[in-house]
Amino acid sequence: MPAPRGNSRNAGRPSSGPRREGGGPPGGPRKQYFRRRKVCKFCDEKIDIIDYKDIKLIGQFVAERGKILPRRLTGTCSAHQHALTTAIKRARNIALLPFAAAV
Amino acid sequence: MRKYEIIFIVRPDMEEEELGKLVTQMEGVVTGAGGKMEKVDRMGRRRLAYRVGRFQDGHYVLFVLEGTGDTVKELERRLGVTDSVIKFLAVRMDEELKRAEKYKAQRAAREAKRPKAKPAAPSPSPVAATAPQLEEQPPQA
Repeated sequence: MPAPRGNSRNAGRPSSGPRREGGGPPGGPRKQYFRRRKVCKFCDEKIDIIDYKDIKLIGQFVAERGKILPRRLTGTCSAHQHALTTAIKRARNIALLPFAAAV
Repeated sequence: MRKYEIIFIVRPDMEEEELGKLVTQMEGVVTGAGGKMEKVDRMGRRRLAYRVGRFQDGHYVLFVLEGTGDTVKELERRLGVTDSVIKFLAVRMDEELKRAEKYKAQRAAREAKRPKAKPAAPSPSPVAATAPQLEEQPPQA
């Protein structure tokens, strides 16, 4: 039986391990662990408008160097990733976010 | 009439009252060009994410207004020729707001359809069977 899969909001964190698809145990009697299912943060929290001024929110989807994090890491759905990209680009334009962070 | 958000950055070495003067002046531009101011928000002095010219920070000012394309065009022109404004961005908001409204309505409709949404029924798991085995002595301190 699959363990409780919480759809916690933190599901969007990038993880290093294998892909989520085989969410179950990686086989064998070894220690079982469960990959939390990734959920689109914007769907989950019902954020309809992704505001380019809200850098606290948007900043979570930008890598250290200023790159936009891919969907495969964050679990954002297609529509919201689109809107997010626009918002990040606007924020960059008005110097709220860097185009490329300093080394 | 459409809804726009215009945000602009004023150079950091500007005095508070001078900034106020500039803001009222820009409001005048908006109303003069047939627009209607909805909100003025002086977001304060912030650090810029990158250098603009030789400035590392600046005063952010946000306008929310209703107007036509010409209103925005005129305001943008004025912002462009004002030396103390180092950057600006105009975004049209009405379509996004409309879309958000639609989503909200859809959600409400869906919610109304099934009045008794079960609270995410967590099925009683067979974990209980194995639980006693895992039980340990309570730690004694």
